[in-house]
Amino acid sequence: MFRYILRRLIFLIFLMVGVTIVVFLLSHAVPSDPVVANLSQRNLGDAEMVAAFRAKWGLDQPLYRQYFTYMSNLVQGDLGLSIRTQRPVAADLARYFPATIELAAFGILFATLFGVLFGVISAIRRNTFADHFLRGVSVFGVSVPSFWLALIMLFIFYLGFGVAPGPGRISPRVSPPETWSGLYTLDALRMGDWALLGDALSHLVLPGICLGMFTMGLITRTTRSSLLEVLSLDFIRTARAKGLAEKNVIRKHALGNALIPVVTVVGVGFGNLLSGMVFVETIFAWPGIGQYAYQSAKNLDFPAIVGVSLLIAVNYVLINLTVDILYGLLDPRVRYDR
Amino acid sequence: MIRSLLRRNRLFTIGLALCAFWIMIALLAPLISPYDPLGQDMTARFQKPSLAHICGTDSLGRDILSRVLAGSRISIGAGFLTILLSSVVGVVYGGIAGYLGGAVDEIMMRGAELVQAFPTIILAMVISAALGPSLFHTLLAMVVIWWPNYARVMRSMVIQVRSNEYVEAAKSLGSSDLRIFFHEILPNSIGSIVVLATVDFGNAILLFSGLSFLGLGSPPPTPEWGAMVSDGADYLNDWWIATFPGIGILTMSMGANFIGDGVRDYLDPKLRHEV
Repeated sequence: MFRYILRRLIFLIFLMVGVTIVVFLLSHAVPSDPVVANLSQRNLGDAEMVAAFRAKWGLDQPLYRQYFTYMSNLVQGDLGLSIRTQRPVAADLARYFPATIELAAFGILFATLFGVLFGVISAIRRNTFADHFLRGVSVFGVSVPSFWLALIMLFIFYLGFGVAPGPGRISPRVSPPETWSGLYTLDALRMGDWALLGDALSHLVLPGICLGMFTMGLITRTTRSSLLEVLSLDFIRTARAKGLAEKNVIRKHALGNALIPVVTVVGVGFGNLLSGMVFVETIFAWPGIGQYAYQSAKNLDFPAIVGVSLLIAVNYVLINLTVDILYGLLDPRVRYDR
Repeated sequence: MIRSLLRRNRLFTIGLALCAFWIMIALLAPLISPYDPLGQDMTARFQKPSLAHICGTDSLGRDILSRVLAGSRISIGAGFLTILLSSVVGVVYGGIAGYLGGAVDEIMMRGAELVQAFPTIILAMVISAALGPSLFHTLLAMVVIWWPNYARVMRSMVIQVRSNEYVEAAKSLGSSDLRIFFHEILPNSIGSIVVLATVDFGNAILLFSGLSFLGLGSPPPTPEWGAMVSDGADYLNDWWIATFPGIGILTMSMGANFIGDGVRDYLDPKLRHEV
C-alpha cells in the first residue's frame, strides 16, 4: 500500500511537469497570439505598445527560457501573473476555488444519494416497470447536456414557478458572509446566520443537480449491475436458504459488498464534474474555477491556463488516490503491491 | 447478437429506434425541412411554435425546426468522425506500445496517461480557442483528448493476443511484424475497440455540442445544436429557441447510450442472464 501511494505521488510530480510542458508547447505551436487576444485594436497597430506588452510578459524570450523562468517560480509556489486579470494566478485560484468546491460537494452528494437509491431499487425490482423507468432515468442522466438542463431548469423553476432562486451564489440584496473557509454555507453556519445559510443552500440546488446529473446516471448504473452480481453469489443463496427476510439479505449482506465498486465511480465522477463545471458555472453565474478556466482559455491567458490545469490535475490525482486507498481498505481482496 | 439483444432488452430497442430516426433525418434533412435553415426573415423574429413554424423562430427569424433537422447532420458526422479518428490513432498507438513492450511501452503509456489526467475540457477549449472557430479545429481538439482510451484497450488486447500460439506460429513461419499485426493481432483485438466505440458515441456527441455551446464550434450561421442552445440562453423567456435543439442532443445521445448499455450488458457474462 505504502509503495503504491508513493508511486502515485511520483506520478503526480511527473504529471505536473507534463501539464506545464503541454501548455507551454501549445502556447507556441498555435498560430494565434496572446497579444492579439489581450490588446485593443488601436494598441495592436502601435508597434511600441506590442513590443512593450511582449517584453512585460516575457513573450520576447526564447521558449526554453520562458519555461525555466516559469518552473523556477513554480517550485517557489509562484504561478505567475494572469495576463487577463493582471492579478497573481495563485490569488485568482484561491479566490474562485471555494465556490467550486462548495458546488462540487453538493453535486457529488446529490449524485451519490440518488444514484445509490435508484440503483438499489432498480436491482431489487429487476425487469419490472420501476427498473425500466429508473434505467431510463440513469441513461437520461448520462445523456442530457448539462448546459441545456441548466437553462430548462432555470426557465421552469425560476422564471416559471418562481420556486428556485436565480443565478449566483446568494440573492442580490444579501451580503455574503465574512470569509473564513470561502464556502458560503460553512461560513454562514459559523456565523450562526440561519437565513443566510438557507439562502446559500437554495442557490446550490439547481446548479448542484445539473452538475451531478451525469455522475448520478453513472452511479445508478454501477450500483444496479454490482448489486445484481452480488445477489447471484453463493453467500446470498445461503443467507436466503437459512430463512433471512429478503430485506435483511439486501441490507445486511448484499449492499455493503455491492457498494464497493461504486466508490470508484464516485472518483471518476469527480473528473466529469470538473468538465461540467465550465457549463454550469457559466450559466448560473457561479464565480468559480470553471468560469475562470473558460475565460482564460478564450483569452489564451496561458499563465492562468497552466494554473487551472495544474489545480484540476492535482485534485484529480489526489481524489483518485483517496478512492484507491478507500477501495483497498473496503475490499480486502484488493492489493496494490505485488 | 442484435436479434437476441432486441428480444431481451427493450431499452436497446428504443435506442436503436432513436438512432435510426436521427440517421434518417440526417439523410433526408434537405428534402423534408420546411424552410432554408440559414434563411433569415426579420418580419418573423421570436415567433412562438405555431403551424407555420412548428418549433418557432429564433432572433433572426430563422425556422428552428429546419435548423434542428440540418444540425443532425453535423452532430452525427462530428460524433462519428471523432470516434473513428480516435480509434484509428488509439489502435496504432496502443498496438505499437503493446507489441513492442518493455521501456517503449512504459514511456508511451505514461504519455497517454498524461493526456488523460489533463483536464479534457480545458485542453479542448484551449485548442479550439487557439486555432479559431471551425468544425475541423473542434474535431481536432476532440480527437487529441479522446484517443488514449482506445490506446489503452488496444494495448491490453495486443498483450493478451500476442502470447497466443498462432502468433508464435506466424512468427516461426517468418512473417514480418507488420504482417503479424494486421493478419493476426488486429482481427483478434478489434472487437473490444468496436464495443468501446459504441459505448462512447453518446459522450462524443455531448462533448461536441458542449464545445459548440461555448462558441468553439463552427462560426455562427452554421446550424449546430450546441450553438443554437447558446443562442437561446440569451432569450430565456422565448423558451423554444433553446429547447428544441437541446431535445435533439438529448434524444440522439440517449439513443446511443441505450445501445451502448445494451451491448455492454450483453457482453458482460455476469449480467447476461439478467438483462
